[in-house]
Amino acid sequence: MTRVLAICFFLWFIAVVNSAAQEPPYFVTYSHDLEEPGNLEMAVKSAQGTPKYGNPFISETLELEYGAKGWWTTEVYLAGQHTSNDSTIFTGFRWENRFRLLLREHFINPVLYVEYENTNQGDRSLLEVVGHDSISDLLVTNAQGRSTTQREMELKLILSSNTHGWNISENFISEKNMVEDVPWEFGYALGVSRPLALAASARPCVFCRENFSAGVELYGGLGDLEGFGLKATSHYAGPTIGFDIPHGPTVSFSPNFGLNDNSVGVIYRFKVSYELQQILGHLHREAK
Amino acid sequence: MNRVRQTWVGLALVGIVACAAAQAPWVNHVSGQEQAKKNPFAKQADAIAAGSRLFSDHCAKCHGPDALGRKKRPSLRTPEVQGAADGEIFWLLKNGNLRHGMPSWSSLPEPSRWQIIAYVKSLGEYPPSH
Repeated sequence: MTRVLAICFFLWFIAVVNSAAQEPPYFVTYSHDLEEPGNLEMAVKSAQGTPKYGNPFISETLELEYGAKGWWTTEVYLAGQHTSNDSTIFTGFRWENRFRLLLREHFINPVLYVEYENTNQGDRSLLEVVGHDSISDLLVTNAQGRSTTQREMELKLILSSNTHGWNISENFISEKNMVEDVPWEFGYALGVSRPLALAASARPCVFCRENFSAGVELYGGLGDLEGFGLKATSHYAGPTIGFDIPHGPTVSFSPNFGLNDNSVGVIYRFKVSYELQQILGHLHREAK
Repeated sequence: MNRVRQTWVGLALVGIVACAAAQAPWVNHVSGQEQAKKNPFAKQADAIAAGSRLFSDHCAKCHGPDALGRKKRPSLRTPEVQGAADGEIFWLLKNGNLRHGMPSWSSLPEPSRWQIIAYVKSLGEYPPSH
């Protein structure tokens, strides 16, 4: 019975998996592209790094992103990490919602991002850098990290443009710890990307240029309400490349280089995402 | 007091007009300049073939592999769509119709969107009008 169910699930999965929409290959920055209504994107993101004076770690994040409406995408993250010479732990969950503020395409398209985070201090997913986040946060042992749970509210203003094949995105991040009495923290993320070819080729192909996109990301902290600025926090920059495998997953890779002594030397990021199309499409309004 | 009431009435009227404008068919929002845009790939065999692949990847799950629509998603082979100006369809692909479930495809580069339009227009009406 279990085998039959597994085969049925596999066949359903193969039937609904399709190539992902042409999204920019960003890891930290958000563009204004939302999930299509009724589609579910499943992604696994990893971040691997070796902080100075610390043990190498690898963080894994499972991301489930659903297009609730044309203007609303909701997403759940489950995160965990493994640290060498230490242990493997579950580090918490996040629930985020993105709302498109203007229903038509403009030169700059604003999106409001609202997220609730319930993670512990062992979290190494580095999905954003805010406040005075630095390399010292990555030196706590897993036992120490698990003992402190952080409940945080994060707000982002996403500004993004698609022009002449380029995507240019800017994110302004603010985060508030809802348990401890600490000030609002701020951060930023910037991304620029472009597909390697703007027109599709007439014949089916796997390694043709239109299936690849490349770009650059820059992100870091901006301090907090009591000390706003670029100092005493970490900053990263790096190239990023994405490959849309026809009728398959999208694979992305990016080495992020630390730009100051508060940053990890290099963080290698890797992502595999599948889009399951129209799994709950019947719930949506009739299109006109 | 009268001024406050007038302000509220004014805001309500603006709201009603905005809602009415938002509910109007999408085609009413297309400017003359957008409507006049010509498809640089119209009727080109290579573009139609490329558009077919893009349609299969991005559009077929909702509109069906034959573009005849699926469940609540509309057919693209009606006289309205087949008779629409290329610029109107291009506007719809760029902006979407987010209230009614049609996403924006602005992340697809412009040439790819024109290729999709070339393919959709190559399908013709179904059932045929004559």
